[in-house]
Amino acid sequence: MRLRSLLFACLLTLSVAPLAADARSDAKKQVEFGIAVSQRGLWREAIYRWERAAQIDPTYAAAHNNLGIAYEHEGELDKARAAYEKALELEPDNTFIKQNYELFKEINDRTTRTDQ
Amino acid sequence: MTARLALISSLAAVVMTGACTSYYEIPIETPIRPKLDVSAFQRVLVAGFISGGTEDVDGNLETTRLLRSQLRTKSEMRVIDTDVLPLMDVASESRATSEDAVPNEAQGTAPGVIKEDADLEPYEHVFADVEYWKRIGEEYQQPLIVTGTVMFAPQARSGIVQRDQEVYDSFGRRRVVPVRTYMERKGFVLKPRFIFIDGRTGTVLHSENFREEILYNANQTSPALSSYFELMDRLIPSFLSTLSSQKIKGTRVLLQ
Repeated sequence: MRLRSLLFACLLTLSVAPLAADARSDAKKQVEFGIAVSQRGLWREAIYRWERAAQIDPTYAAAHNNLGIAYEHEGELDKARAAYEKALELEPDNTFIKQNYELFKEINDRTTRTDQ
Repeated sequence: MTARLALISSLAAVVMTGACTSYYEIPIETPIRPKLDVSAFQRVLVAGFISGGTEDVDGNLETTRLLRSQLRTKSEMRVIDTDVLPLMDVASESRATSEDAVPNEAQGTAPGVIKEDADLEPYEHVFADVEYWKRIGEEYQQPLIVTGTVMFAPQARSGIVQRDQEVYDSFGRRRVVPVRTYMERKGFVLKPRFIFIDGRTGTVLHSENFREEILYNANQTSPALSSYFELMDRLIPSFLSTLSSQKIKGTRVLLQ
């Protein structure tokens, strides 16, 4: 019985692993395309691609980081904050994401600072 | 032996994966919506400021002149050119008629001299004088009025600071290491408060405080006026973003 459970768990792991790898691979293609179009200034298309990547693989920190940048560029600061925070949640030690988020916060704080 | 090989190869794989993470620097321009809806105003009057701190810089005149020139080039509103309002006199007069109190006498400072933040307090009631600002608004065809306080004062500070120092090891290789040393520094602190008043009603729409400081080595001399402009230069973008949409340029890192 125990052997059968172990065998089942192994089979399950083996069958899920390629699926996860496929998801990451598909998401990565979307991210790459998004980078290419954003470098040509097509930020709306980039947002579409990175949103797709985040849907395909919600654990892909790069997709959320890039979405944060794109939303920031489009002036959608609330969405940018959420995207950066998700990216940091997934990869809290990533210095690039931390740096992007700090720069974003500097701008965001400037827009909200008031004493009345 | 096999286990060691496996360990080395898995470590190499981890290092390779980390090294292969691609990143791309990309310039962005973040559009910032104005904090204040100024669509009802076609004209802006930078009326003047209650200023103090140092006698080397006339904070009222310099700030008025600088903000007018910035608004002229970077805002869509028409900037009204007129004499700077003598706000300290206005505040003193209105206080004299209401309370018969002369500012600063209680604190032992000469009347009309503003040396520190507390000295501004006796004058600040002028910003809440709705009737006065409404009158000014009527005179200039109901513009948006910009006024406030400006404190620009010298400051000195001493203590332990960290600075980078070049060192060479026995092989002649250069390294930069942080070194903590005691330093005496002096400079200036700029603390403006910008107040935006509706020229139609005389009421305050928005106000904003800033603080910027600059410190130099104690034996370095820097003219007060150039320090004032350097500090104002840092906060002008924030001031402008209150009234008009701005684009802030920056660089971010896209990850693959």
